[in-house]
Parts: sequence; structure tokens; C-alpha cells
Amino acid sequence: MSQSTYTRRRFLKTGSTVTGGLLLSFFIPASAKRLGEKAGSNSTFVPNAYLNITPDNNVKIMLAHVEMGQGVWTTLPMLIAEELDCDWNKVIVEHAGPGEPYKHTAYGLQITGGSTSTWSEFDRYRQAGATAKAMLLEAAAKQFNVPVSSCRAEKGFVIAGDKRASYGELAEAAGKLTVPTNVTLKDKKDWLLLGKPTKRLDAKAKSNGAAQFGMDVHFPGMLIAVVAHAPVFGATPQSFDATAAKAITGVRDVVKIPTGVAVIADHFWAAKKGRDALKITWNMGPGENFSTASQFDSYRKLAETKGTPAAQAGNVTDALAKTTKQIKAEYIFPYLAHAPMEPLNCTVKVSGNSCEIWTGTQMPGVDQATAASILGLKPEQVKLNILFLGGGFGRRATPTSDFVSEAVQVAKASGKFIKLVWSREDDIRGGYYRPAFLHAVQIGIGENGLPAAWKHTLVGQSIVAGTPFQGMIKNGIDPTSAEGVMDSPYLESIPDHAIELHSPKAPPTVLWWRSVGHTHTAFVMETLIDELATAAGKDPVAYRRDLLKSKRHLGVLELVADKSGWNKPLPAGRFRGIAVHESFGSYVSQVAEISLDNGHLKVHRVVCAIDCGLAVNPEGVRAQMESGIIYGLTAVLYGEISLNNGRVQQRNFHDYKILRMNETPQIEVYIADSTEKMGGAGEPGVPPLAPAIANALFAATGKRVRKLPLQAADLMKA
Amino acid sequence: MASYKLSINGGSYAVEADPKMPLLWVLRDLLNLTGTKYGCGMAQCGACTVHLNGNAIRSCSMPISAVGNQKITTIEGISSDNSHVVQQAWIAEQVPQCGYCQTGQIMSAVALLKRNANPTDRDIDMAMQGNICRCGTYPRIRKAIHKAAAMMKQPPAKSF
Repeated sequence: MSQSTYTRRRFLKTGSTVTGGLLLSFFIPASAKRLGEKAGSNSTFVPNAYLNITPDNNVKIMLAHVEMGQGVWTTLPMLIAEELDCDWNKVIVEHAGPGEPYKHTAYGLQITGGSTSTWSEFDRYRQAGATAKAMLLEAAAKQFNVPVSSCRAEKGFVIAGDKRASYGELAEAAGKLTVPTNVTLKDKKDWLLLGKPTKRLDAKAKSNGAAQFGMDVHFPGMLIAVVAHAPVFGATPQSFDATAAKAITGVRDVVKIPTGVAVIADHFWAAKKGRDALKITWNMGPGENFSTASQFDSYRKLAETKGTPAAQAGNVTDALAKTTKQIKAEYIFPYLAHAPMEPLNCTVKVSGNSCEIWTGTQMPGVDQATAASILGLKPEQVKLNILFLGGGFGRRATPTSDFVSEAVQVAKASGKFIKLVWSREDDIRGGYYRPAFLHAVQIGIGENGLPAAWKHTLVGQSIVAGTPFQGMIKNGIDPTSAEGVMDSPYLESIPDHAIELHSPKAPPTVLWWRSVGHTHTAFVMETLIDELATAAGKDPVAYRRDLLKSKRHLGVLELVADKSGWNKPLPAGRFRGIAVHESFGSYVSQVAEISLDNGHLKVHRVVCAIDCGLAVNPEGVRAQMESGIIYGLTAVLYGEISLNNGRVQQRNFHDYKILRMNETPQIEVYIADSTEKMGGAGEPGVPPLAPAIANALFAATGKRVRKLPLQAADLMKA
Repeated sequence: MASYKLSINGGSYAVEADPKMPLLWVLRDLLNLTGTKYGCGMAQCGACTVHLNGNAIRSCSMPISAVGNQKITTIEGISSDNSHVVQQAWIAEQVPQCGYCQTGQIMSAVALLKRNANPTDRDIDMAMQGNICRCGTYPRIRKAIHKAAAMMKQPPAKSF
């Protein structure tokens, strides 16, 4: 059988049964392990909620985290397989539905985000594999009539002298044993898989069209819903005329829901045509008066007032007054849409006292609870099936469950089995953006050329305020707004500093966008450090060496300087810039090499060094660095959502541009050999890219970039 | 509504559809051939790429009435067992991340290699810049296309 999970046929035939079994497994003690009965066999070995072994030797691994490109479909199974000593080719992977055993070990909620999946599961998944192996060894010892100590496990077999039994043969007997509570994990020197470049288990299904995304869910009798969303944030539908929409062949129903008016049809094309034909009167509300141009004016005024302290030392006002040389800078960052390639979608079937949902989500538990509350059901009455996510980047982790809620509302209002499909326009205009930010910074330079005083005010919407994640706000500071500045490693070398935050409200909804606050804070810090180095007449690498005390920052800085040939001259017309930044527990430094031709920027090469501690799958870390660099480059060159009179000005990929093949630089990734604490990989590749580009541009033009995305003037010499 | 007979992946399919209905939605919603993806609906991203008589086209912007008797090939017609050299190169170079755009990428790459067995980086830029990948798998796509071109020159061998 294919290692992929949801080939269509399997999905349609067994999807609900398998999920039913999984759901059951949450509520029974692991030792009862009767998941197999539900799946049609009582000889399946279910040592815990994370894996089971069937008599045909297949090892099925249930993921507490979801696959959205970042590679957990491979990395988490590696953790189990390492300790289980199973045959890697017999591993089958599935997303677990919502359930207690799958809650995040650090967050306490079932969530994929924050670049945490691998390190947060490092012990739990290895433990799950080791526990299963211990039971298989014990079962084999009994069968062979030898002591356990004379048995060893290898590639899915237990071997003792000339005796040999496959895991499948031992499954039933192992299932009757008591689950051990105390197992020893392998020593690092004995690892066969961990730390070795390992190929993705989902690559085959993603190369032949078999991989099933939420968008691909299809059932007989299922209809397609498209929603006419409010033209401005906060508006609600007042009344509508669906006469023309209902006249379109294939349109089955039109219903009002809290977020708009839904057209339900036989297929997307009819639903979209129906939507185009709707006449809707909206209660616009104050959102109509909002424009991003004036937003930054008000942010600028706010930045001049006292904010909430996020970090403070000494007396920055006095210290600034004592310095003769100063840098004053204001930075502006726009709203950004995540724009995952798979537009948002969610399939919902409500029948009597139960509901079944199919979608790609980073927050299954929250979505399940939200769906239940809309329908007046208990969470366990809502079965949620997770499919591959066609990109996430944070957009599929909405504390408000926006697209799942909307689909449930459509199903509830219409009484129909529907798949809600967002168009690309819905996605680009649908909010949940990286918040727009303004930074106002004043730096006093000491006699030694190093920063002596640093006053830094950030202004931007809080992502977590008013959501179930509000508890993250401590002393008035949403860390997702100021991370990367308030905890900057440079601050410990600056005796007098004051970091302040304003978190104003604004109509557009906001959300974590791949690398969150670091998307703007790394840019401000790393371009200012570059500017300080220039002011001091020092090389940017040498200057950072003088300021940084953290050996992991320094380690990747030296590694990237070495690999990029920082000290070697570049060909005429080529320029480079460097940046180093820690985010999500990983330290990343990048050097960008660029040229400018008549106002046209070409990024030739990006060299990247990362210290993420142990790289469980170095191949995966490498891929995530490449991915983060390209994601970051899109934001530098093009990323901007602007609003005028409350209306989003962009709508699709022609005016919300994404980097393309012909604009992609050569990328080299170096992974530091590190035994330090593990960090993440999905996000940390993004933050250093933009400042590295901006610093290279300064080398080329003599001008500092204060606003993203890049403007035409940034690409001309001063 | 009108009746159409389509030739898809060597098979014949009869559908009833609005003449303006894009081929993408005929494939996905009427025929349940979901390997072809919806990404933008306006020929900007290439996720919906299929072949018409061997040429890569954006099925989201091709009305069914314009297809006529041209032969349609979708990712399902390239091979379901990943035996096509381009699919093999994609797996060898570990191209896919989220994977959503990859079927469209593969369709564009197959069409490129059909007319140019030895593409340069510039040829790849030209042929592939219509396909967006938000995960940024472009460097691996480039490598995979070069690899597929090299593999096409070798006698068939199971390399993985």
C-alpha cells in the first residue's frame, strides 16, 4: 500500500471508520487498546495514541501536528521509527483528529505553529516508539521462551539467536501486555535515522495528484458554497436580493450567515456565478472610513506618546542627551496576506446530533469546539478530519476558527452538506493579515562607536488581544508584537534602553504570519546595526562581533561569513548584505548578494547558516530555509495589502505578487553541527532575509530602506 | 447548458455544462479529477495547468466550449505510479513541500521537456515562471527539471 494517507479511494472507503476508531482511542486507557476492533481487526497492536501495528507489519503513525509543507509528515514518524526500530518502508502516516493525547506538549492546545512541532514532540514521540518496542520485545521473549535481554529489535523484527518474528506476527500478543511506564531511550550514538537526511514520506503522493487536500474532498450529494463577503471589515449583510442568483442553473440555495451571503450550488462555477449575481445591502459600520495611508499618520503620532514598557534599562532620556551622534529612524511595514496556494475551504455535514468536518487546519481542537458551540453540540459530537494543508504560514491557525465557523454557519443555515470554497479574492481580501507596524527609533552613539542609548517605540495591532490567546499578553505587552526587539541580544550591550509598545485597534483582522513579530523587528534591528557599523566605519560582521555576546548568534554569523566569502571581493556591480537573527529558538544568519541594473534588483545568491540544535531531518531543515528565504523575498519585493475607504486594494496574484522561478536566487544552506537546545525550522529562515537585502541595497545605493516593500526609489543610487 | 464529449487521459467523458464553465471546474467538480488545482482563477498561478494536445494551458481560463476534440492530459494521465521521469526527478530532488501547486508545476515541466529535451536555466525560467509556489520550492524544481532531462538521456533504470 502507498505510504501516502488519503488516496481518494481509501479516503472515501475508510475515512470515517478510521477516524471513528481514532476518536474512540482518546477515551480509553491505552492498556485497553481496542482501536483495532473498530478498524475491523482485533489483532492490531495499539500501545498508545501515536501508533499502531497491524498483522501485515504496517506501522501506522498518528500525527498530533499537521503537514502544511514543513515536513512533520516525515520528521515525527522518524522519532517513533528510531525508537521502534521498525521498517521505515512500512510506515503509514495519518493526521490525528482532535483529542487529548494530541495536545501540544508546551501549549496545552492542539495546534501546529510557532515552529515547535519537532522539538515539542521529540520526547513524546520517541517515548511512544520505545514503549511499543519494549512490548514487542517482551511478547517475543515469551514466544521464544527466552529472557527479554537476549532479544533485539531490527527493522521490524525481533531476533533472538536463530529465532525471528516480525512485528506484525507479534502484534496481537504484544497488545495483551501491560504498557510499561518506564522505558529507556536510545543513546544518540545509536541513532539510525535521527540527524540523517531523510526523504519525505509525502513526496510520492504529492507528485501524482493523489495527495488529498481539503479542497479535494468530494462526496456524492455534497454541494459547493461560495460566500459573498463584506466589502469592508466589520460590515454585516442587511438585506439581499437573490432572484438573479437563483435563476442560474446549478444554484440550489442562497442563505444569509453572519459573515455574508452564501450561494450554494452543484459546483464552484455555478456558485461563483450566483455570487456575482447577488444584490446585497450592507451595514457598513466604521470600517468604511479606514485607509492605510492615514493609519500610518495616526501611528506616527502615537509613537510620539508614552507607550507600554516592554524592556527597559538605565535612563534612556539622559543617556540620549549625553550623546552627540544620533540616528533617528522611522520604519513602516504594511499588512501582509499569507496567500497559501490552496484557498481556504471546509466541508461540513450536519446530521441530527452530530457533525462531521473535513478541512486543513492548524488548530483542530479550537475548530472542533467552535463548530460544536455554533451547532449547540458537545465537542465530541463533532468529528473533524484533517487533510493535507496546501500551505498554512499561520493563516490556517485562526483563534476565531474563521473559515471553519463560516462553513458550519452555511451548513446550519441551509441544512445542506456543503464544501465552503473561498476564491483567491476572498483570501487576499479576507483579512487575518500580518499587522501593519510602525517603528520609531532613536539611537545615541557612544564615543566607541557602539550604541549607548536606544529608544524604540513600536505601534501595531495586537494579534492575540480579544482572542482565546489573550493570556499571552503580560504586563500589557503582546510578545508577538515586540519579539525580536524587546529580547534583542544587542540590548545587553546597551546600558540605557527603553522599548515601548502601542497596540491600537484597527478594522482589519490580524494574525500570525510566518515568523510573526520577527517579520518586522528583525528588519529594524538588523538594518540599524548595519547603519551603526557604517557610522563607526566598521565592517558589519566585525561590528556585530563587538556587540554580540551570544555564542549561537556568533556561531552562525561566522559560519555564514565564511561560506559566503564575506572577506573576499565581489565582482564589479555586485553588492552584499548580512543579517543575523534568532527566532523560535533557532539562530539564522544570511548573506544576500545583489546587483542593480537600471532600477531593477536582481538577487543572485543567498547564503544561509542555521543553528537549530539537533536537526532531526537535515534535509527538512534545508528545505525550510530555502522556503523561508523565498517567502521573505516575496515580502521584500512585493508584499503589501493596502486599504482605501475600508476596501482592500489588492485581489489576486496579479496585484498581490508572489516571487516566481525567474526571480529566485541561488540558495546555499549550512546547518551548524550543534548540540544546543533544539529550535524550530519552519519560520526562522524568514526574518534575516529582508534586512540582508536592505543592507546589500545600502552597499549598492548608499540609501537606507525604511519601508517595505521596496519602492522604486530604493533601487536608484543616492 | 450544452453537451460535450471530452478526451481526457486517453478516455472519453460526456458532460453537460455551461459553455463558459472553465475546464478546471469541469475536471474537478464534474469529473472528480482533483489532481488539477484551483489557485487563482485568472491564469496567474499555474496550479490548474493541464495539457491540450501536449501544450501546457491554464484550465481555469479555458472555457469548456473552446476545448473541442483536443486531447486533454491531466496529472492523473502523466502516471499514477510516479513512473514518469519528471515525477521520479521530483521525488529524487524532494521538491514538494505543501504540494498543492506541484501537479501544475509537473505539468508545465513535462510540456517543457517535451519540446526542449535540454533546457537551460533561462529556458526553465521562461517555461516555469507562470507557476507560483508559495512554499518556494523553485530551486528544487529547477534541479529536478535538469535531472529529468539527464534521466531522459539514460536508459530507464529504477534509481530509488
